[in-house]
Amino acid sequence: MALKKVNAVIVGAGAGGGVVAKELATAGLSVVMLERGRWHSAAEFRKDDLHNQRNSILGAAFGPDDRSPRVLVDNSGEHVVYPSDGGYSNNAACVGGGTFSYGAQAWRFMEKDFRMRSTYGAVEGSTLDDWPISYDDLEPYYEKAEWEMGVSGDDSANPFKAPRRKPLPMPPLSPTKEYTILQPAARRLGLHPFDIPMLRNSVPYNGRRSCMRCRWCVGFACEVNARTGTHNTVIPAALATGNCELRTGCMTKEVLLDGRGRATGVAYFDASGHLQEQPADLVIICGGAIESARLLLNSKHRLFPNGLGNRYDQVGRNLQSHSYTGAAGIFDFETYDDIGPGAGIAICDYNHGNPGLAGGGMLANEFIRLPYQFLGSVPPWVSRWGKEHKDHVRSAFKRTVVVFGPTQEMPVADARVQVDPKVRDYWGIPVARLSGGKHPHTLEIARFLAEKAQAWLKEAGATSTWPRIPGPGLSGGQHQAGTCRMGNDPKTSVVDKDCRIHDVDNVYVIDASVHVTNGGFNPVLTILANAYRASNNLLAAWRGSGVRS
Amino acid sequence: MKTKRSKPGRRAFLGMGLAAAAAGGVTTACSRRAGAGGRAWRFFTGEEARTVEAICARFIPSDDAPGAKEAGVLNYIDIQLTKAFKRHQETYRKGIAAIDAASRSAHQKSFAALAEDEQDEILAEAEEKQPAFFNLVLDHTMQGFYGDPRHGGNRGMVSWKMLGLPFPPVRGRMHYPAAEGKRT
Repeated sequence: MALKKVNAVIVGAGAGGGVVAKELATAGLSVVMLERGRWHSAAEFRKDDLHNQRNSILGAAFGPDDRSPRVLVDNSGEHVVYPSDGGYSNNAACVGGGTFSYGAQAWRFMEKDFRMRSTYGAVEGSTLDDWPISYDDLEPYYEKAEWEMGVSGDDSANPFKAPRRKPLPMPPLSPTKEYTILQPAARRLGLHPFDIPMLRNSVPYNGRRSCMRCRWCVGFACEVNARTGTHNTVIPAALATGNCELRTGCMTKEVLLDGRGRATGVAYFDASGHLQEQPADLVIICGGAIESARLLLNSKHRLFPNGLGNRYDQVGRNLQSHSYTGAAGIFDFETYDDIGPGAGIAICDYNHGNPGLAGGGMLANEFIRLPYQFLGSVPPWVSRWGKEHKDHVRSAFKRTVVVFGPTQEMPVADARVQVDPKVRDYWGIPVARLSGGKHPHTLEIARFLAEKAQAWLKEAGATSTWPRIPGPGLSGGQHQAGTCRMGNDPKTSVVDKDCRIHDVDNVYVIDASVHVTNGGFNPVLTILANAYRASNNLLAAWRGSGVRS
Repeated sequence: MKTKRSKPGRRAFLGMGLAAAAAGGVTTACSRRAGAGGRAWRFFTGEEARTVEAICARFIPSDDAPGAKEAGVLNYIDIQLTKAFKRHQETYRKGIAAIDAASRSAHQKSFAALAEDEQDEILAEAEEKQPAFFNLVLDHTMQGFYGDPRHGGNRGMVSWKMLGLPFPPVRGRMHYPAAEGKRT
C-alpha cells in the first residue's frame, strides 16, 4: 500500500542527504528521508578499540551489520565479505553516515582538482577528466558549509589554497607536541605547514561545545558532541522545520518508475521488514558511492533493462577513494602527549606541480592512536612476534610519528560496482559486487609522497623512517566516490552538472558518487558543498510538483 | 564460495557489558567460566587450550611486564570463537592439531610441553607452512593483549599500563581546561 505522497524522498541520511533534506525542507518542500541505519549516541556506545568504525574487528559499531554482505572480486577469486572485513569498503550506515564517526578534516579541493584532464592531459588506462563545474561554482557553497556547520582551523599560511572570500569561522585547536615538532621542520625544508581545517568545534559554536581533546576520536562517537556531522547540524534543522520526516531502519529496494520511465517514488523495507512504497515527485539518492550505484542498478525497467541511468554502462564505474600513503618515523624522545584529535598540521606543497606526476596529495600528521592501532606503525624490520615485537611496542609507542595523506587517484573504468547475480542481502536485494584495482600511476604518486613524508620526519629528528604505501587492490572505504560521474556527455557520465541523472528528469544523485575525481583531500566538505549547490539549483527549478526541465 | 555466516550477537554483547558494569568491573564478567560438565572453556578442549595459550605466550612473552598468558589472551580468543570469530572455529581446530602433530613428530611431546626455543622453532615453521592459522592466532593475540579488557583479554589493563597510558580512557576532560566544569 502506498504511503502519502511527498515532494521529495531522500535515500540516505549521510553527508549529502542531510544537507539536501535541510535545504529542501527549509524551502517548504515535504521530504521523507530513508536511512537504513539508526540514530547513535556516545552514551550508548562505550569507547571500544576493537568494536568501532575504524577498527571493526568485533563489528562495525555504526553499521551496517551482517545483513548487508557484498561480493569482492580480487586476484584470489570471489569472496562474500561482511562489513567488518577489510575488502568490504565500509562506510557507516547510520544517521549522519560517515560524518557521525569520521576524523572530520574539512578540506576545500584546489582549482586544479576540478580540471585534472586539462591540467595533466590524458593518462593512459585512466578515465581522468574535468568536472563540468569549476572551483568558482562551488566556492560560495564551501563557505556556506564552513559557516553553517562550523569549521575550525587556519589555512592562511597555505599559499597553495584556492581563493576564499571569508576565513574559517573558528580558530584552530591548540597545537599538540607532534605539531610543535613537525612545524619547524617543515619550515626548514621550505614547506608551508598550517592548521588543518576541521569540522570540529575549537570553541563553542552553534549551540555545541568545544573539543575536549580526548584519545578516542576517529571511529568513535564524540563524547561531547564537538565533532560536527550532519547528525548534529543539518538533519536536526531539517526535522525542526516540520517538513521532513526521517525514517530509520529502512532499506530502500528500488526506484519505482511509471510506464514512461519517470520516477514515482521508491520501494523500501521498513524497520519491521514490511515492503512499503513511498510516492514522491523527486527521488534523491544519497547512499554513498557503492550503495547509490547499487540502488540505480537494482532499479530496472522496460526502458532501462540494465538499471536506471545506466544506458551507456556508466553506473558503478570509476569507483575511487584515496590511496593513503606516507611514512612513519621513530624519535629518540617522546612525541606522544595523549591530546586528541592528534591530526593538526598539514602541507599542500605536493598536491600539484610534482614533476612527471599527474597530481599528488596533502600530507598531515596522523590522528591519535590507541595501543592496538599502533601495531600498524611497527616498522617492517621488527619481528612480527616474540620479545622483539613486545619490546618495540613498549619502547616506541610514545616515540613514533606518522605523516600521511590521501593520494588523488587516477580513476579507472574497471574499478567498479555491479550487482551480484547470485548473492542477495537479508532483504533479498542483490548485493554490490566490487571489482578492479588501482591505476599504476596512482601508486607512482603514492611512492613520491611517501618519500616526501620520510624527508619531513627525518628533518624533524626521526632516527629512522619507513614508507607506508598502499597495495594495488581496489580503493573504497570511507572516501568512496566516482560511481555516478557528473558530466555533460551522457555517454561518459551518469548525472548532469545539477546532479540529475541524464535519463530521467526527476531522479538525482547527490553524494560523492558524482565526483569526477576525488581531490588529494578528505572529500567531505566537497560532498557537503556540492549538496548545497545541487539543492540550490534544484530549488531554483522547482515548480510545485516537479522541476522545470 | 562462502555465503553464510552467523550474526555476531551484538545484542548479547551489549547485555554482557551492562552486566559487567553492574558487577562492578568488566573483568568479572569475562573471566574464565567453570561450565557445566567440568568444561572450563567455551570452545577449546583442555588440550587445545594449553596449546593455544602456549602459542600466545611465545607471541607476547612475559618478562618484567606480563605477557599474553597473564593477560588472559586465551580467554579473549575462546570467547570470540563462540561469537564474532565463529567462522574461524575450523581453522583453529585444524591448526592446533597440526601444531601438536608437528611437535610430536619432532620432539615426541605436545607443543605446550616443549621448551621455549623448541616452541619457537615449531612456530617459525608454522609461519611458513600454516600461514592462515599462524596469522589468525597472531592477530587475535595482539587484539587480546592490546585491546579493551571488556572482551576478555588485557586482564587488569596490563598492556596499557606497560605502555604508560593513563586511565580512564576518556580523559580529555581531565586535562583540557576548556572542557572543565561543564559536565552536569
